[in-house]
Amino acid sequence: MKLGAAIRRHTAAIRAMLVFTVILGIAYPLLMTGIAQLVFKDKANGSLLKDASGTVVASSVLCQQYVDKHGEAIPGYFQARPSAASDSSNPNDPGCNYAFSGGSNRGTGDPTLKQTISGRIAAYAKAYNVDAAKVPEDAVTASGSGMDPGISVENADYQAPLVAKARGMDLTAVHKLIKDNTHNRPLGFLGAEYVNVVTLNLALDKAHPVAATG
Amino acid sequence: MSDTWAGVLQVVALVLLLAVSYRPLGDYMAHLLTTRKHLRAEKALYKTMGADPEADQTWGVYLRSVLAISAVGVLLLYGLLRVQHHLMMALGMPKMQADLAYNTAASFVTNTNWQNYYGENTLGYVAQATGLAVQNFVSASVGIAVVATLIRGFTRSKTDRLGNFWVDLTRIIVRLMLPLSIVFAIVLMAGGVVQSLGDHMTVVHTINGDQRLYTGATASQEVIKELGTNGGGIFDGNSSHPFENPNGFTNLIEIYLLLVIAFALPRTFGKMVGSHKQGYTIVSVMAVIWLGSLAFATFAETHHHGVNLVTGHAGLEGKESRFGIPASALFMTSTTLTSTGAVNSTHDSYTPFGGGAAMFNMMLGEIAPGGTGSGLYGMLILAVVTVFIAGLMVGRTPEYLGKKIRPTEMKYAALYILTTPAIVLVFAGIAMALPGETARMTNSGPHGFSEVLYAFTSMGNNNGSAFAGLGGDTTWWNTAGALAMMFGRFLPMVWVLALAGSLARQKPVPESSGTLKTASPLFAGMLLGTVLLVVGLTYFPALSLGPLAEGLH
Repeated sequence: MKLGAAIRRHTAAIRAMLVFTVILGIAYPLLMTGIAQLVFKDKANGSLLKDASGTVVASSVLCQQYVDKHGEAIPGYFQARPSAASDSSNPNDPGCNYAFSGGSNRGTGDPTLKQTISGRIAAYAKAYNVDAAKVPEDAVTASGSGMDPGISVENADYQAPLVAKARGMDLTAVHKLIKDNTHNRPLGFLGAEYVNVVTLNLALDKAHPVAATG
Repeated sequence: MSDTWAGVLQVVALVLLLAVSYRPLGDYMAHLLTTRKHLRAEKALYKTMGADPEADQTWGVYLRSVLAISAVGVLLLYGLLRVQHHLMMALGMPKMQADLAYNTAASFVTNTNWQNYYGENTLGYVAQATGLAVQNFVSASVGIAVVATLIRGFTRSKTDRLGNFWVDLTRIIVRLMLPLSIVFAIVLMAGGVVQSLGDHMTVVHTINGDQRLYTGATASQEVIKELGTNGGGIFDGNSSHPFENPNGFTNLIEIYLLLVIAFALPRTFGKMVGSHKQGYTIVSVMAVIWLGSLAFATFAETHHHGVNLVTGHAGLEGKESRFGIPASALFMTSTTLTSTGAVNSTHDSYTPFGGGAAMFNMMLGEIAPGGTGSGLYGMLILAVVTVFIAGLMVGRTPEYLGKKIRPTEMKYAALYILTTPAIVLVFAGIAMALPGETARMTNSGPHGFSEVLYAFTSMGNNNGSAFAGLGGDTTWWNTAGALAMMFGRFLPMVWVLALAGSLARQKPVPESSGTLKTASPLFAGMLLGTVLLVVGLTYFPALSLGPLAEGLH
């Protein structure tokens, strides 16, 4: 009697899980994917951007590190925030690796983090000729996702002269592109304002290509 | 607009959204948990399951049904993760290791969603959608079913029958979780969350070289991940990843989703016990704790002089530029005060006091407002304890909602309160005593201890957020974690259902002049005091070794 009830209960549980798997695990996501592909195709597929030749070169919402093989900044490009999203088995991985999203997970009192950030501050101050005390926070800290395509307006403004110089562009033209790629807070108060580095650099490439270097 | 004003307006907007939802959603949930009418679709489901929807169950049978579906859930999910390489859209990912699959299965069935793996390079699209997302629905619904049963313990008299688990579960899924998920998945997709089962081989020729794009059924899982206070992300970056949470708008919607059911359940409670004031009393205590904790965390994160020795602050480590500090602290507070555990910033990189607040929030037992269902039953247990303490002070037999709080009821309430801290502290203690396991910490010193304490607080309370510096994918951590999560989920449920059974058997006592008014600001204040006292006394020593030691250093 007792055993029979237990068997009946577990049979019901198995049947329930199977039927819920069909409804919630198959029908529901397929329905949503159908709607997404019909109505929000571009965003739903990752906001992919193509260059002039039609090659997919970026997702507008995922960062890229504009650095060469040695980790040196490529002149003429705005630099994204530091990224902890890298393949730990590859020491040359500059970050923004789509397969390894995540942050540094270092505590704010951690000596390693302190050292890393001090190094980044010195490098930024030197590269853009900025007083170390004014180095923008976002330029020296890694984001939580390691995929952050945004930098602060302040950070973009400091980088602008060097970018303009490397591309032989007018500084005001660069500032205009920064403005075009600045995202205000949704509804005026949600989240924070930021400049999308990925779309900004693509816009620069389109407006005034940087001379190809090895 | 200044950052401060934007941050304040964001909170105001969220509170307004929650306030507007309180009555309609709470009343709707009360309706679906009490109506005698079955939908035609539900009748078909009962037939498929082979369950009799008219059978009224005792608390023991109800509990065994909860355990049966959970056991089946663990086995099914474990199996799925072990054979995922044979499934469609596996993207060439191998099967999961046995101990990791066991940990993950326990994690998703217990509504914890602790993740010892990188989503985007471990799981194919089908394993995510048919395995993890399904448990996101079911485990959240089980929580609501259990609290419905506890409320019935107060409303029913001289009976041992408390409802039918299969009916409760089916209705919560069919009438609540699924429709809300469909609506808000569309909202999130409009906001830019990805939803594509397209080929993983899509190559993006980035400036760093070619990269493969992982998308998946993200919006459809993201919505139930928040709505069901689950928290397990498709991506390792969780809700900080731009594919899951692309902008300030989706961020607010996700925070709203992870709070809305838990904040509306006190209305359901008030409606079912026939006094909306009882609901308001409970929800006011939840709201006060939530707002207080939010203010504290935001202050800690914005007034910090820790890392960036030159500019004086570095609160942006682990945070996204498109959210900024206020929206990150808002998410962090909400996710740790519910049992969600989704993150839009890495908690490990919060300031000592900010990270300590996250831990304290979970130690409160996640009752403000808590997980779907589990938050309200946790708070009701504390209300029982409060009534009892008040009764001791004036020397009267305590009563709550017309039911006497006798030694039997107190025994279950005390067991409930002791279970989770015991799990957290015992497991954290064992981990610290094993030198090989403490080596898994990324950070050293008090912050390293915080990582371990955070891990077991998170798992024991079924939160699932992490100080992710802890490298938890080892046999010991996977096994110990799975045990902590299952004890932390099901033992409290045993005490809650047993309490419900014992309350329902009583006959109601009429209210007299000596009865403590439990729908009053005075009682709300006493309840708040009890909550803080119980948690403070339990966890103070452990907290002082971790975040307090670090923050005062």
